[in-house]
Amino acid sequence: MSTTTGGYYFAPPSKWPVVGSTALFFFMSGLAMWMNEIQPWGFTSIAIGFSILLYMLFGWFGIVIHESESGLYNKQMDTSYRWSMSWFIFSEVMFFSAFFGALFYARIFSVPWLGDFDNALIWQGYEAKWPTMGPYLDPNPAFQFSPMSAWGLPAINTALLLSSGVTVTWAHHAMIANNRKQLILGLFLTILLGAIFLGVQAYEYSHAYSDLNLKLSSGVFGSTFFMLTGFHGFHVTLGAVMLTVILVRCIKGHFTPDHHFAFEAVAWYWHFVDVVWLGLFVFVYWLA
Amino acid sequence: MTIATAHDHTHDHSHDHAPGGLMRYFTTTNHKDIGTMYLWFAFTMFFIGGAMALAIRAELFQPGLQYLQPEFFNSLTTVHALVMIFGAVMPAFVGFANWLIPMQIGAADMAFPRMNNWSFWILIPAAILLFATFFVPGGAAASGWTLYPPLVIQGGIGVDMSILALHLMGASSIMGSINIITTLLNLRAPGMTLMKMPLFCWTWLITAYLLIATMPVLAGAITMLLTDRHFGTSFFNAAGGGDPTMFMHIFWFFGHPEVYILILPAFGIVSSIIPAFARKPLFGYASMVYATGSIAILSFIVWGHHMFTVGMPAAGQLFFMYATMLIAVPTGVKIFNWIATMWRGSLTFETPMLFCIGFLCMFTLGGFSGLVLAIVAVDITLHNTYYVVAHFHYVLFPGAIWGLTAAVYFYLPKFTGKMYNETLGKWHFWISAIAFNVTFFPQHFLGLAGMPRRIPDYALQYAEWNAISTIGAFALGFSQLIFLYNVVTTIRSGEKAKDRQWEGADSLEWTHLPSPVPYHTFETPPLLK
Repeated sequence: MSTTTGGYYFAPPSKWPVVGSTALFFFMSGLAMWMNEIQPWGFTSIAIGFSILLYMLFGWFGIVIHESESGLYNKQMDTSYRWSMSWFIFSEVMFFSAFFGALFYARIFSVPWLGDFDNALIWQGYEAKWPTMGPYLDPNPAFQFSPMSAWGLPAINTALLLSSGVTVTWAHHAMIANNRKQLILGLFLTILLGAIFLGVQAYEYSHAYSDLNLKLSSGVFGSTFFMLTGFHGFHVTLGAVMLTVILVRCIKGHFTPDHHFAFEAVAWYWHFVDVVWLGLFVFVYWLA
Repeated sequence: MTIATAHDHTHDHSHDHAPGGLMRYFTTTNHKDIGTMYLWFAFTMFFIGGAMALAIRAELFQPGLQYLQPEFFNSLTTVHALVMIFGAVMPAFVGFANWLIPMQIGAADMAFPRMNNWSFWILIPAAILLFATFFVPGGAAASGWTLYPPLVIQGGIGVDMSILALHLMGASSIMGSINIITTLLNLRAPGMTLMKMPLFCWTWLITAYLLIATMPVLAGAITMLLTDRHFGTSFFNAAGGGDPTMFMHIFWFFGHPEVYILILPAFGIVSSIIPAFARKPLFGYASMVYATGSIAILSFIVWGHHMFTVGMPAAGQLFFMYATMLIAVPTGVKIFNWIATMWRGSLTFETPMLFCIGFLCMFTLGGFSGLVLAIVAVDITLHNTYYVVAHFHYVLFPGAIWGLTAAVYFYLPKFTGKMYNETLGKWHFWISAIAFNVTFFPQHFLGLAGMPRRIPDYALQYAEWNAISTIGAFALGFSQLIFLYNVVTTIRSGEKAKDRQWEGADSLEWTHLPSPVPYHTFETPPLLK
């Protein structure tokens, strides 16, 4: 129903869900074809799916922003958004814990088992210590790699992300104090720090591939390293895009000191990727 | 408040501008429309998955290879499971959640109506991807629904399509669950405290939590499968320092809560229906809530019982064995509460009640065989035999499917305003009940005698029980056509149902709303004591 009920806004019929499903159909079929080298259909389908997805995101978030700015969302709606964002972040925590679980399992169980007495005949001379490419690749000098040192670029990245957590909080305080200039500056700095982080991460990847010989295919170390840092980097990218949308909205004059959950949701998300990074820094880089 | 005043809400909503025809369903944001789409989708999947099961049973009617190539047989067992779990049972429960939760808590709709429609429509591309795998080179995934490496690493594009379909269904489940949790926590009518909610709402609250906690873990696991297949990673490859067992641990960390996702909403349904036909309030409401919560918590620490034979320290085996047996305690609380609800009630045995009593008996048997399988020493013998197949079909068919069937009969009068044919309903129940046991009870014997599952051929000594099982399966499959016929004729030409068709039913949709329920309900929250 398109009216508000007891003040709660229930959305009218909308084409966006079906548009989104169409996008996902093309995107996922394209992904399957691309992975199996069915070209150019794979790329074409991915491109079509991604374009429709962008169209949907603009359209759907567009009406949500419009509804919010028209004052249709009351306090109860705000609470709904708070619950849903919390549960969404919880689902993301569980997604990352699958990959952290893989890392811990490899380090605590699978690698030591491969080096134990039971496997001594199959993998003769394999020394099970982290980092490793596993018993098949380890003896091959062509595949030798060095792990990324924690106290170079990753330490700088930690400082960047932690500072960005401070700037986004600063921006939030400015929002509550109704100080637009400081809010915009704080948000801008946050996005800038995020962008530098991503730049450093990209440089780190190229450094890993060209200088350290550390690749996605470098056994279980490379797998866990790139999967964890890669998905984290993807989430930072998403977070930075969301922050940019919020920045544009702030410049346009959206939000009030007591009605700005979109800002808070993105800030929560940003802190979440921050915390994941701390886990990565300790378990992927430092304790490597 | 009487039902008459509720009729005030039925006035025409001219401000809606809801498109008619098909476009109505493409664009709808109404929880009842979306619930209907979920239910018909699930019903369709149920019949497609059932047809696959009949093909499997036809092949197993006699020893030797009759109709199917072994690879295709394995594809059928794999896709049968995926379709039934992710296509039939889960969407059917979400369909009922959509229909019932807003009405049972006195809300006008779900918290996020547009996202609600998206979580349904994502299922369509997922289903297309999953079924298209039968027509691509290499065929559908043939690894079993658990997708264990290294076997699954060898499949063709069909495996990738199945994995991506699972990604989509997972996204749909997460969105649906966030919607349900938010609705339950934030949209309850004034006075509807958490401990006054019907048990269906409680079981769904806990199910939604399980889904949000575990579907992302499945997504992570199958993403690692994709990168192992195509991008040279070694998560599940011992040569690279990984371990196929790692996949099993991550998968079952999702997989065990998943089996409770498939049964908890049925517990909620049964907890509404048994009191209605016993004409007594549910015995031990609070203990039911706590038992559901305990089952959910325990479900996260028992996954190892799916993999006792892979090699695990004895301490690990013992832990998983005892933790698994512990689940019998809260489940027992529920069983005894349902029995106590019926004790000295004024019982009548309409179709929904028959299915609930069938549920109670058969699900308990399935639970018992689960206890047998929980014993490590026994499981090492029975692992991957037909005993396991019998066990989980005993909990899933009379558990999940009969819970849903009972709900369909119970709520058809409320949803459509028309009464189903009671005689046909009873035929449906009795043929299903007998055929189900003919199909699956012999599989216990086959398993105990050592017949392995997921193999299209078997040794001669298993021939008789397999023949009986196949006869039962065809009776079971075709008896579901009675169900379909009954539902369709009810909608088309059923007799008019009463507003409170079951006088013992006391949740808001029965006490405050007419039958059929109007398109919009509780636009002003009901007055509750």
